[in-house]
Amino acid sequence: MAVLTAPVRETAGEPTTGTKVSMVVFSGDMDKLNAAFIIATGAAAMGMEVTMFFTFWGLQAIRKPVRNGSSLFGRMLGLFLKDINGVGPSKLNMGGMGRWMFKKMMKAHNAATLPEMRQMAIDLGVRLQACQMSLDVMEIKREDLIDGVEDVVGVAAFLENATQSKTTLFI
Amino acid sequence: MEAVKADLALDLKGLLCPIPVVKMAQAIKTVPLAGIIEATATDPGVMADIPAWCRTTGHKLLSMERREKVITFVVQRVK
Repeated sequence: MAVLTAPVRETAGEPTTGTKVSMVVFSGDMDKLNAAFIIATGAAAMGMEVTMFFTFWGLQAIRKPVRNGSSLFGRMLGLFLKDINGVGPSKLNMGGMGRWMFKKMMKAHNAATLPEMRQMAIDLGVRLQACQMSLDVMEIKREDLIDGVEDVVGVAAFLENATQSKTTLFI
Repeated sequence: MEAVKADLALDLKGLLCPIPVVKMAQAIKTVPLAGIIEATATDPGVMADIPAWCRTTGHKLLSMERREKVITFVVQRVK
């Protein structure tokens, strides 16, 4: 049996093409998700191999606008969970007014919207993964997630990927 | 000033980060090797981002200049 003693290093001096970026997307805030998708699409545009691992509140970014949950608490939680269009900013949301305002301002300045950014990430080959444990606990089914989600994995799969990455972010 | 003939003219005016780099990444695949893209943009961020994108992807930034609000840059596909 082959024994791996050390991860294979990328060739020194080589540009970022082919290097990996891995991200834990924990936040379900509009602003933080925006940052996550900007970094992800930017990295993909620079030729990097990007994986986004969505967990807990972050699952809202890859969730279809459906009601989920099977138990009483699960169904209650399902009422509060949003999809990518419904998430609000981490500050100044003011019951959804902040979300509305930021959407207006982003449109006025011709910045890409969150759903557009997510589609762009998918088109650029960014790998979207969902956290199995969060899905279980939050009672979200695999089919409640968008088709762009490649696989549902756990912490070991994420860490394996992270150790091979030059950049790992927690957002 | 453009002595080189561009294979593709790319209009990135009005677009904000990260769209200019994303569009460049998509466009560079459409020109042949050693092919040239001449792009115009208005987001001042491209002044730093396009050189960084070229350094990391290996493509060659032939020129970049800013006149008033419009930034024009020429990139050659290297690989």
